[in-house]
Amino acid sequence: MSRNQDTHRNGLEGPAPEERQRPVGRRNSQGIRIDPEVEAEHEPRRTIISAYVADEPGTLARVSGLFHRRQFNIESLTVGPTQNDGYSRITLVVEEPDPGIDQVKKQLNKVLPVVHVRELDNEPVARELVILKVDGDEPDKVQAITEMYDGETLDAGPRTITVQITGDEGKIDDAIDAYAQFGIREIARTGQAALARGEEETARVDETHT
Amino acid sequence: MSDVPQQTPQETDAADAGPEDIETGADAVVRALENARVEHLFGVQGGAIMPVYDALYHSEMNHITMAHEQGAAHAADAYGIVSGEPGICMATSGPGATNLVTGIADANMDSDPVVALTGQVPTEFVGNDAFQETDTIGVTGPITKANVFANDSETVGETVGSAFALAKRGRQGPTLVDLPKDVTKGVAEDDPGTPELPETYNPPETAEPEAVSEAAETIASADKPVILAGGGVIKAEASEELREFATEHEIPVITTMPGIGAFPEDHELSLEMAGMHGTGYANMAITMTDCMLAIGTRFDDRLTGGLETFAPDAEVVHVDIDPAEISKNVEADHPLIGDAKAVLKQLATAMPRSPAADEWREQCQQWKDEYPMDYAAPEDEPVKPQYVVEAFDDATADDAIVTTGVGQHQMWACQYWTYKEPRTWVSSHGLGAMGYGVPATIGAKIAAPEKDVVCFDGDGSFLMTCQELSVAVREDLDVTIVVLNNAAIGMVRQWQDAFFGERHMASQYPWIPEFDTLAEAFGARGFRIDTYEEVEEVVEEALAYDGPSVVDAHIDPGENVYPMVPSGGDNGQFALSEEQL
Ligand SMILES: Cc1ncc(C[n+]2csc(CCOP(=O)(O)OP(=O)(O)O)c2C)c(N)n1
Repeated sequence: MSRNQDTHRNGLEGPAPEERQRPVGRRNSQGIRIDPEVEAEHEPRRTIISAYVADEPGTLARVSGLFHRRQFNIESLTVGPTQNDGYSRITLVVEEPDPGIDQVKKQLNKVLPVVHVRELDNEPVARELVILKVDGDEPDKVQAITEMYDGETLDAGPRTITVQITGDEGKIDDAIDAYAQFGIREIARTGQAALARGEEETARVDETHT
Repeated sequence: MSDVPQQTPQETDAADAGPEDIETGADAVVRALENARVEHLFGVQGGAIMPVYDALYHSEMNHITMAHEQGAAHAADAYGIVSGEPGICMATSGPGATNLVTGIADANMDSDPVVALTGQVPTEFVGNDAFQETDTIGVTGPITKANVFANDSETVGETVGSAFALAKRGRQGPTLVDLPKDVTKGVAEDDPGTPELPETYNPPETAEPEAVSEAAETIASADKPVILAGGGVIKAEASEELREFATEHEIPVITTMPGIGAFPEDHELSLEMAGMHGTGYANMAITMTDCMLAIGTRFDDRLTGGLETFAPDAEVVHVDIDPAEISKNVEADHPLIGDAKAVLKQLATAMPRSPAADEWREQCQQWKDEYPMDYAAPEDEPVKPQYVVEAFDDATADDAIVTTGVGQHQMWACQYWTYKEPRTWVSSHGLGAMGYGVPATIGAKIAAPEKDVVCFDGDGSFLMTCQELSVAVREDLDVTIVVLNNAAIGMVRQWQDAFFGERHMASQYPWIPEFDTLAEAFGARGFRIDTYEEVEEVVEEALAYDGPSVVDAHIDPGENVYPMVPSGGDNGQFALSEEQL
């Protein structure tokens, strides 16, 4: 006979929610224990992450899909071959609170063709290229700005002038501001490419990859 | 390249079992599976996968044709949970592959070892929207641990072997190999050998000794320690180590839902499951603890509720084989990255003393007394589902396996059944896929033919995959499927009761079939329960019947699942009834 046959059934019992013991602490929405009085959240910061990856079909799709799926705030992603055949470097600029940056690195590491992932702190060498097309009404002034930013004129016609600027992100932003007065028709930016400074390694690459 | 441990080459056996010679890519695929000691495959035939099926013609491996590819994926998943070895599912390209998707996503969320083999249109047609072409790699990328488009007949066998090794090693999960027809038909000659992991994949084994010592000191110094055992404990075969550690140091054990069975629920240290529908005592303990040893859990939101109120006083020691799980949802004060079994051994050795937690254990016991799992069962009302679950528990062996669909019945099956062993609870946790029950029952029984297998299904969940009953009949599987029939998709109705002003939009099933008669039409035995008096006899007869049986249990249609923590809520504020929500 089933044991529940003779049991007297009362339904669920016990002290109501407001009568229960309560913990003293608190976590923030990122799951970090905090002083309940202070309620601190981690603020997002911008950083550059470099991934050294094996060239396999779909790697880039997996990486970009990962960013989309996990809702990481990604600002730019560049990719290109390295000195080693069959391997590429992906440079990512992300803006996330510290726990998010940590997750970005760990999740990237789980993508199988990813060989190594590193956050580039300590002022990496980072450069971006922008090509921009402005109205050609004031060619002399445009030329002055281009020289000021060590740029290069790529194409100049009666109606438009197209220039190229390379530099760090701040310089590019400034340059774009400066060109705005002429009327910017189009912009193409590459996003940043970066390496760690000096002797420091950008990605751990064993002898088979050097 | 590293070998999969516990995998000894068995070339002689394989040579006996497989086709005499490897001639095609498909032969190599089949040989790779044989070399991996695969015994059972679940799948459905189709154009693009036909060469692989043809190569199976002479194999000793047992292929089970399922009614739907979703069934194949769920059956493979359950097979993986019960046996610990990757379950294999096969499908053709296009609709075959897309039908696998739910099952693959399910395996991914629960880190179950599954290998999916999908046919693909010939390489030259790929990208042309050819007949039955789907970008299977693109579709399954986000829901697989790894997926590969096979592009070479000579290496396709190794690719399949590596998919097998990847599914099993490290954090387990589903892998997929997409097999274009020209690749499986193309020439291959070499035996692919035993499964090997790709070079870049090196899951950690043991945790850093210093971190282990610090964590052990933290646990030993705790006043209110708990262990939170997740599915990873079972996957790592660490239940025995967990039991030793907990009893040695007398630390209460809570499980997550996938962790059910990791620790015997009749043990005095067991607080059973915490979270949305966990026990009151587990939720009190998890809220008030000052030190949580969390093992193999990803801190799913159904467990944690709102993060702000999750174990807010606790220092967290988190053991996981996947570094990405550390501080993903809940910050770990002491991350221990490694295999749960190995790390538990390390911790056991490093423990300087047991925590002085007599008071805490008394407190836990008091919560157990205050919040017993119970339900009201007036005789003049329809049968309560909890009663049916208990009746089956009483009538089956301790190591019986329970499978479920998704909904209220699933929660009753986890609340009112006493799980004592690992790999006896087979359910869809992270994805919560209705329709999991029947095919999972098949996979579980194939993996453990000597065990009782009882499925608790909902009428809604059962209707999603009841066609797989035909497979249980054909394979003559001695299983019992209990439909806790409330003529509703009850869990939705429960939420409508609580949060949508009792507006039962699209949650009632007024056109429900007679499940006992439906079972008979499939060639299974059908039973029906309407009253308490019938329960005992039907339980006995259904379990005694040597073949698949379906019990249509007409339960109280108004019964709801409690305790309950509303989603995003505070575990310590669980409601015991609707009034407390
Ligand atoms: C495939 C799928 N569709 C929809 C849902 C949403 N859902 C969750 S529980 C539930 C009700 C399940 O009804 P039933 O299987 O009859 O079980 P009961 O809750 O009545 O026990 C639904 C519709 C789901 N989990 N899975």
